[in-house]
This record gives sequence, structure tokens and C-alpha cells, in this order.
Amino acid sequence: MSDKKKNWPLWEVFVRSKNGLEHRHFGSLHAADEEMALENARDVYTRRSEGVSIWVVESKHIKASNPDENGEMFEPAADKVYRHPTFYDLPDEVKHM
Amino acid sequence: MNKDSLIKYILGIADNSLILGQRLGELTGHGPTLEVDIAMTNISLDLFGQVRSYFQYAAQLSEDDKTEDDFAFLRTEREYVNVLLVEQPNRDFGYTIARQFLFDHFHFLLLNEMQNSKDETLVAIAKKSLKEVSYHRRFSSDWVKRLGDGTEESKRKIQLAINDLWRFTEELFQKTEADLEAIKAGIGVETDKIKGKYLENVSAVLEEATLQKPKLEFFQEGGKKGIHSEHMGYLLSDMQYMQRTYPGMKW
Repeated sequence: MSDKKKNWPLWEVFVRSKNGLEHRHFGSLHAADEEMALENARDVYTRRSEGVSIWVVESKHIKASNPDENGEMFEPAADKVYRHPTFYDLPDEVKHM
Repeated sequence: MNKDSLIKYILGIADNSLILGQRLGELTGHGPTLEVDIAMTNISLDLFGQVRSYFQYAAQLSEDDKTEDDFAFLRTEREYVNVLLVEQPNRDFGYTIARQFLFDHFHFLLLNEMQNSKDETLVAIAKKSLKEVSYHRRFSSDWVKRLGDGTEESKRKIQLAINDLWRFTEELFQKTEADLEAIKAGIGVETDKIKGKYLENVSAVLEEATLQKPKLEFFQEGGKKGIHSEHMGYLLSDMQYMQRTYPGMKW
């Protein structure tokens, strides 16, 4: 693709669906700047009244873990059963656990 | 005021949204980017939603068994009373944005004023639509600024579009017989009252967009009297095709 056809930068969109809930990652989109990213997010992700608040952040500002390092990053956590609070008997009255 | 005149007054407002909504709908799948494509289709759907409220009200007022669909799909070209501005075709993105921009600023002021109407249904529709139209106005104004203050090419195109469409702006404020009756009855909006504000708001955006406000002495009119441009027939044949081919069809 020539430079003229260059895409707008990519942005990540976070939407809070109700007051009191946290912002959750909804997806990504292209926009030329913050203002346009916010308006595009409104149009692409909240047009069926899915949200009450939107955050946008340019994707390049997100530091992501490297899938090649998944072994050292995540596997050590999987083999220590005593790290999980699974040895308690929960009373029936306790919900949402 | 009598019911026939009130229906005519309502159609004068509703037809603008119907025809502009249809124009924007033509862009579904053709927007310059996915995001803008969705944004313009959203605006189209907002307008259709408003149109339904107006047509349902008109149907309720009419003596015969008319439904909203009769108003939308089964009138002839001369019976549509939208302004010429909204039926102009989508030449390029700048043109589409300029048309939207020149209409949105009028639409916003009209609805804002309509909140003071003596007709409760119109007040309710105005209140409900105003939030949507505020966003339309923001969307199109932002794009006018972006294109005007963008590249050389975008500036040239949006300026050409504004220059070309400016001749249709005077008609927005023209008053038909039905308009005059509605104003007299305290139901209709006195467009003289919003014209100054319109020019002021539009000029402010154009200035920020580093664009020139066209200087024109002659304006084009006719749509409000049912005399449309050559583009209208094509638009209607597209829009009415289904109802004409399969009369009374439903989803």
C-alpha cells in the first residue's frame, strides 16, 4: 500500500456498560485522533445503548506480553494447587463465588 | 388549525428527514471507512426513527385509513415536500458531509424551537429527537473542520461542496401556506427567528475550518412546493420499489 492509502492509527475501546461496573475491553477501531476515536467508538460500539462511559487508548500505548514467553510468564502458576483457595467448604449461603 | 393543514405542516418537517435518511442509507457498505460508514448509517436510522413518529401522527390525524407506510412509500414525487438540499446526491464524502452539515444546523434549531409548540405530540417528538440531532450536528461539524483544515485536496473538495450546496440554504427558512397557518396557531416554528442563529453557527464552523462562506445572491427553491430536482425521481424509484412491486408487503 502506498503512503497515501495509509490507515488511521488503531485504538482500543473500553466501555462501561452500567454505572458501578468496570470498563471492559469492547474491541478496536481506526481513527485519526482522540476525538474521532471517541466518536467512532460511540458509533461502532454503543449504538444499541450498551454503555454509559467510553475510554479510548491508542493501541501502540499498550504493552502486551509476548506469546513466545508464555511458558515463563504463566505456566509456573498452574502447578501449585495450594495457591488456589480450593480447600475450604463454602456454606450454601455464600453466593457468587 | 384544520387537520389537513396540520398534516401538511408535519410532512414538511418529516419529508426532510425521510429523504436525507434515504440518501445516507444509500451509503451503507460504501463509507470511506468502516467507522464512518457505521456512523452515517446510524444517523440514517435516527432520522427514520423520527420520521416514523411524524408519519404515525399524520396517519392518526388523517380522515381515511392511511398508515405511516402510505406517507413514506405511496406518494408521488410532487406530493413530497422536502427541501431540495436533502435530495442532492452523494457525490463524494465532502459533498455528503457538507449536505449533512448545512441541514443539521437547521434541524437542531428547528427542533429546539419546536419544543415550545402548542402541539403536545410535536413537542414530544422534538424533545426525543433533539439529543440525536445534537450528535448529528457535532459529527458533521467536526468533519467539516477536519476536511477544511486537512489536506489541500480535502479542503478543495469540501469548499466546492459548500459552494455548490449553499444555494439550497435559503429554502430551509421559506414558509408554505401550511407553515404560516401552523405558526399562526402557535404550533409551527417561525423560521425567521432561527435564521440569524443558523448563519451565525454555520459561519463559526466554516471559519474554524478555514473555509469561505459563499456569497450568493440567487438561491434555488421548489422542493417545499413539490417541485424537485432531477435527482428526486431516481431516489423515489429506489425507495418505493418494494411497496410498488409487492403492494402491502410486510417484513
